[in-house]
Amino acid sequence: MAISPELFKPLDKNRVQADEARPSITYWQDAWRRLKKNPLAITSLIFIALLTLTAIVGPFLSPYSYSDQDFDNIHLRPCREHPFGTDNLGRDILVRTMYGARISLAVGFVAAITTCVIGVLFGGISGLAGGKIDNLMMRFVDIMYSIPFLLWVIMLIVILDPEGSKGVNLSSIFIALGIVYWLPMARIVRAQILSLKEQEFILAATTIGAKKRKILLQHLIPNVMGSIIVTATISIPEAIFTESFLSFIGLGVSAPMASWGMLASDALTTLRSYPHVLVFPAVAICITLLAFNFIGDGLRDALDPKMRK
Amino acid sequence: MNNPIIEVTNLKKYFPLGGGFFSQAEMVRAVDDISFTMDPGKTLGLVGESGCGKTTVGRTVIGLYKPTAGKILFEGADVSTASKADKASSRRQMQMIFQDPYASLNPRMTVGDIVGEPLDIHHLAKGKKERRERIQYLLDLVGLNPDHVNRYPHEFSGGQRQRVGIARALAVEPKFIVCDEPISAVDVSIQAQIVNTLEQLQDELHLTFLFIAHDLSMVKYISHRVAVMYLGKIVEINLSSELYAHPVHPYTKALLSAVPIADPTLERKRKRILLEGDVPSPINPPPGCCFHTRCNRAIGVCKEVIPEMQDLGNGHLVACHNYH
Amino acid sequence: MNTLLNVRDLEVEFRTYAGVVRAVRQVSFDLNAGEVLAIVGESGCGKSVTAQSIMRLIPSPPGKITGGSILFNGEEILAKTETQMQKIRGNDISVIFQDSMTSLNPVLNVRTQITEILRLHKKMNQSQADARAIELLSMVGIPEPQTRLKSYPHELSGGMRQRVLIAMSLACDPKLLIADEPTTALDVTIQAQIIEVLKNIRQELNTAIILITHDLGVVAGLADRVMVMYAGNLVEQGTVDEVLCDPLHPYTWGLLRSLPRLNMGPEDKLKPIWGQPPDLLLELDRCPFLPRCEHAMAICAQDRPPAFNGKASHTVNCWLQHPMAPPTSRPQEVG
Repeated sequence: MAISPELFKPLDKNRVQADEARPSITYWQDAWRRLKKNPLAITSLIFIALLTLTAIVGPFLSPYSYSDQDFDNIHLRPCREHPFGTDNLGRDILVRTMYGARISLAVGFVAAITTCVIGVLFGGISGLAGGKIDNLMMRFVDIMYSIPFLLWVIMLIVILDPEGSKGVNLSSIFIALGIVYWLPMARIVRAQILSLKEQEFILAATTIGAKKRKILLQHLIPNVMGSIIVTATISIPEAIFTESFLSFIGLGVSAPMASWGMLASDALTTLRSYPHVLVFPAVAICITLLAFNFIGDGLRDALDPKMRK
Repeated sequence: MNNPIIEVTNLKKYFPLGGGFFSQAEMVRAVDDISFTMDPGKTLGLVGESGCGKTTVGRTVIGLYKPTAGKILFEGADVSTASKADKASSRRQMQMIFQDPYASLNPRMTVGDIVGEPLDIHHLAKGKKERRERIQYLLDLVGLNPDHVNRYPHEFSGGQRQRVGIARALAVEPKFIVCDEPISAVDVSIQAQIVNTLEQLQDELHLTFLFIAHDLSMVKYISHRVAVMYLGKIVEINLSSELYAHPVHPYTKALLSAVPIADPTLERKRKRILLEGDVPSPINPPPGCCFHTRCNRAIGVCKEVIPEMQDLGNGHLVACHNYH
Repeated sequence: MNTLLNVRDLEVEFRTYAGVVRAVRQVSFDLNAGEVLAIVGESGCGKSVTAQSIMRLIPSPPGKITGGSILFNGEEILAKTETQMQKIRGNDISVIFQDSMTSLNPVLNVRTQITEILRLHKKMNQSQADARAIELLSMVGIPEPQTRLKSYPHELSGGMRQRVLIAMSLACDPKLLIADEPTTALDVTIQAQIIEVLKNIRQELNTAIILITHDLGVVAGLADRVMVMYAGNLVEQGTVDEVLCDPLHPYTWGLLRSLPRLNMGPEDKLKPIWGQPPDLLLELDRCPFLPRCEHAMAICAQDRPPAFNGKASHTVNCWLQHPMAPPTSRPQEVG
């Protein structure tokens, strides 16, 4: 290689240093980038979006309503007029399944929201306060845990609907779920806050005079957000399953309202002769639960700080 | 001679260890009866090995911990017994720079918001424009690019993050800053950058530093006076040039002789004073002089009587029975 | 002297999802039997990765040795199978890490951890192994080795744990000891004790040591030869006197000028290296130090500097050493 003397001229001392930093990217952009690479989670996300849309709009587009009985057309197999067939009272299963999706998704989302609000605040306050208050609050959580879930539901039915005339309504299921579903979240948030509050940036916030409330809401909770989202997502399928289970054993919504668990329960009596009545709600439950779990797993991978580079 | 900006007398800070509802907790004597003063605009270095209580001193002086006993005077006023409003104003005057540049910045906040937070809390900027200008001025002051206000901490290197921490501390216009091992987590070439920036800021803003570190050569470089701590007590205080040239306390001597020097010829000639054994536990400190278990000059009295601070003149204080 | 280790053009890459990080780039060096070689540099310069490659301890994936050769006693390390490597590790080459707490198994006592190695590699029986363990512990300066054998790691102080680790690494009379920041987590007085231990070992056992550290003071007290690494590249190597007293690379100058010296007057200032080390995701077909160098020339931006010989044992990867370069003398503060 020929080297000319020109090359040994000193460079300008005041030359601008090239900014060789990587492009700016926030935590959430980074997580989204990682989530996009997970086809299972993305497919599930699209499925849940479509399901939600169907649950909201679907029943309006159908010529039947969920309670219309048609005794001329009972136990129809899937056909053009009734794509999913009809049940023992001649009700259209497609519209009842779509209607059931409304209830199941509502139960899931309400559980997630109560989990977030109550669980995060309770766990956050407990972890930040520490000492005796923390001890007291966590023992309360332990006591709540020790009461069986079914007992809560039965107690609530007695309290909210003393005559027992209308069976159970949706709100008591919401309340029952709300009472217990925030417990794991409170524990997770508290544990994370306990370790986070020893970090120097919390000390730094204290030295500049930040108040406890500000420290909790601005410094601690945003740093626990990853776990909060994952835990909330995982709690959705659990709640949906619980509602289906309650409806199945007759403690859920009352007729003629339809939830997936109730559809499955109704189908059981005629299972041998008309299995298709069971197939549709059962498949709906399975796929939905699977989709939510895939999303939860995908989010966990995407938000896990240990995977970060 | 100016009045001292900080006067600490007989400061003690004990932490309870374990202990439940019914059992009496043992006490860790992290800081055990220390006194020192600091002159405005100067730097006091605080050195000692891990667990000697130097970080606790810094955090107690600044009010993060409540002292177990003793007085802390800031510009003549007792900080530990002050009313809530006085405390808030003295807290503004006293700030801290932390050790770990990765843990001391909230990873979910932009650099602009981190530096702006103290401005918001103390209402130091009116309106968005003034806030932004002030943040950019602070970033520029510590040698960061003011255009980087919207970046997140993870986009910066360790040294740059440490500068963000300095800018945050400066935002409330403090007079006194505790620098808690600000350079021990960054690389050699970056250490010098940070130390030079601190010195420059001290000159420009007339700041007083309590510089806590275990790197003795850097402490000598930045401090006017140096205090050596061992097991919760100060064993020697002197002007830094004097302390390094003529150490008196046996622990100071051993500590200085253990510092490695980046010069092979000097290293070959040096005679090290190697200390035997390990530092005793601060839960059960030895009676008498806390250093007598490892001291090569210990005499009978050292095992029984705690040595008093002796003034050897010119602000040179030492706690050792050999100089009684 | 015979060459124990011969590394040529070593290349190590890590595949991260942000891109390929080229952690070690074309590093070559030799190590003689019984010699102490220090590898110095700042965090992320590739010094630990270089040492881990010799043991083939690079986690894979994401890491991979993509080129070069490592000859240990004339045998190619990179061609060995994993089973062969297991025989070499702990036997011929052993390693001590910075964190003595996580390097020791917390549920086993010192005796079990040391004798396990001896029984596995040296096929000793328990009483032979016990005797050897006591010998090893007293060699690293542990008082009352007999009683210390029964201790568990959490009962020992940091300095004692580091000594136990050194004793374990010496169990099979290795020819090469890799010490990865052995004193970084320790206090100065304990650090001084450990340096003494390492000095004794190399005098008594004639074990070659690769010392990885960022502390030039530790290097000055212990090493025979020094390699300075920057951004995955070897920038300067030579004897400890050559590199620390008469350095030739501007980066080494910068490192030394960043350190406070004992003979500094009150008016003397540190001269830091401004800027940051480069992102190792970059390809860098130039001198890696160029953006921070005061003496940069046009050629530095065009080509990576080859190794120039200062003296026989002193090589520098810097274009300033080219005969056509303008004469540059080292700053007066250095050396």
